[in-house]
Amino acid sequence: MFEIHCPYCNEKRAEIEFSYAGEAHIVRPNAKQQPVMSDEDWSRYMFIRDNIRGEHAERWWHNAGCNMFFNAIRNTVTDKFVMTYKMGSPRRTAKQIDVARETNTADKAKT
Amino acid sequence: MKYSAASLFANALSGHKKWPVQFPDKEPKKSYDAIIVGGGGHGLGAAYYLAKRYGITNVAVLEKGWIGGGNTGRNTTIIRSNYLFDESAAMYDHAVDLWDGLGQELNYNLMFSKRGVLMLAHNVHDVQSFQRHVHANRLNGVDNKWMTPEECKAFCPPLDISQNRRYPVMGAALQMRAGTARHDSVAWGYARAASKLGVDIIQNCMVTGIRRGADGAVEGVETQKGYIASNKIGVSAAGNSSVVMEMAGLRFPLESYPLQALVSEPIKPIMPCVVMSNAVHAYISQSDKGELVIGAGTDQYTSYSQRGPLHLQEHNVAAICEIFPIFKRQRMLRSWGGIVDVTPDRSPIVGKTPVKGLYVNCGWGTGGFKATPGAADMLAYTIAHDAPHKINAPFNLDRFVGGRLIDEAAAAAVAH
Repeated sequence: MFEIHCPYCNEKRAEIEFSYAGEAHIVRPNAKQQPVMSDEDWSRYMFIRDNIRGEHAERWWHNAGCNMFFNAIRNTVTDKFVMTYKMGSPRRTAKQIDVARETNTADKAKT
Repeated sequence: MKYSAASLFANALSGHKKWPVQFPDKEPKKSYDAIIVGGGGHGLGAAYYLAKRYGITNVAVLEKGWIGGGNTGRNTTIIRSNYLFDESAAMYDHAVDLWDGLGQELNYNLMFSKRGVLMLAHNVHDVQSFQRHVHANRLNGVDNKWMTPEECKAFCPPLDISQNRRYPVMGAALQMRAGTARHDSVAWGYARAASKLGVDIIQNCMVTGIRRGADGAVEGVETQKGYIASNKIGVSAAGNSSVVMEMAGLRFPLESYPLQALVSEPIKPIMPCVVMSNAVHAYISQSDKGELVIGAGTDQYTSYSQRGPLHLQEHNVAAICEIFPIFKRQRMLRSWGGIVDVTPDRSPIVGKTPVKGLYVNCGWGTGGFKATPGAADMLAYTIAHDAPHKINAPFNLDRFVGGRLIDEAAAAAVAH
């Protein structure tokens, strides 16, 4: 079972308090910006997912805790969380993810 | 060597030390008429049917690990075809038709046992929805019948049908043609039979890239063992299908989740059939070794780790204890996880892709084993004819753009 850091509670809690909520940073098409929507574009929004083998940006819901949604970067091969961050903040860059990963390893070495 | 009672007897005389290898472990040639990516039951079966039915024998099966080491060896071996929609009924029933006599055809003991699958109804909604399934199946020529609680008890004696339980058994749908088969044998049997027809089975050979020509058509694959040319590539890579399709620049409507299963310590025969319960959420059968084989839904998050958390196994076992209090003191022996590729409508994608010469068989989600021969045959047909068969034509990739989904998610007889 995972221990997941909730960025709102600022605490590590057991996985059973959380629900997975799919890929993060998927933006719903805006009718004002894109008045005519092709079937292909709608399909991409509805159905196509990155399904990354590696570090994956995803949403989790702390539904048995603070009830907030947040984003996380998790490695789908090792199942290790690299970082979690609040909803609404921008997609993390590869560099930010690298820094977080190194900090985790350094913290682990200390303890 | 043909396996038979006589060959068994002859080899017994030499202490079973002179059995020939079942199939040679080949190194890849420079090029093939067709390449299958993925050496599970589906991929090996496709290679077999290409050689056997469609006359293409210069075929290679590329497997990144060992054959049958993925989902073919990680499922709960259940075979059935009681799906609701016409398209699904045709597809899964084609597979069940092929399961019949497959052991003889491959000259390999698949231990296919038509012991029946009993799907329990625990509330009024279950009863109505399963009866609808029974009728829909029968209209499609798929065997399925309604059972009263007393008939269920007679068919499956360990079942508790007392009506004062939290989830009383209010009846069940029974498919008698359904059952189980030995999953490893399916991979080995197809591999041996395909190999005999000239197919090269290449293990420890991960595909790392798909090379495409100026016109966009596939030219071959980059692998751990070098470049292999072919202008027909069939991808049958289960949980890793989207990773392979990405190599050809295609994004697929797939998400890969772990699906766990577990077995108990072996006990004497007690379960005569497969029992599934969607409402309590678990399914169970007994292997010929005597282990109770237990499974349920996928884990909640996507992963490629081939393992899952213990609390889900606890949930599975709790559900089994609820349906079968008799198994409460049974100890569990081992557990495992496979990675299943799930589509938005819970139906597979079998057919052509937007890339010329690239064919796919993926998206079987939690229910791929039962379809092994059918899916394999359909992929082989599509590769050989460069066009889908009428059975797999509806299971195309375009349905996610056009909207003609085959939405088995809520309506199917599956325990997701």
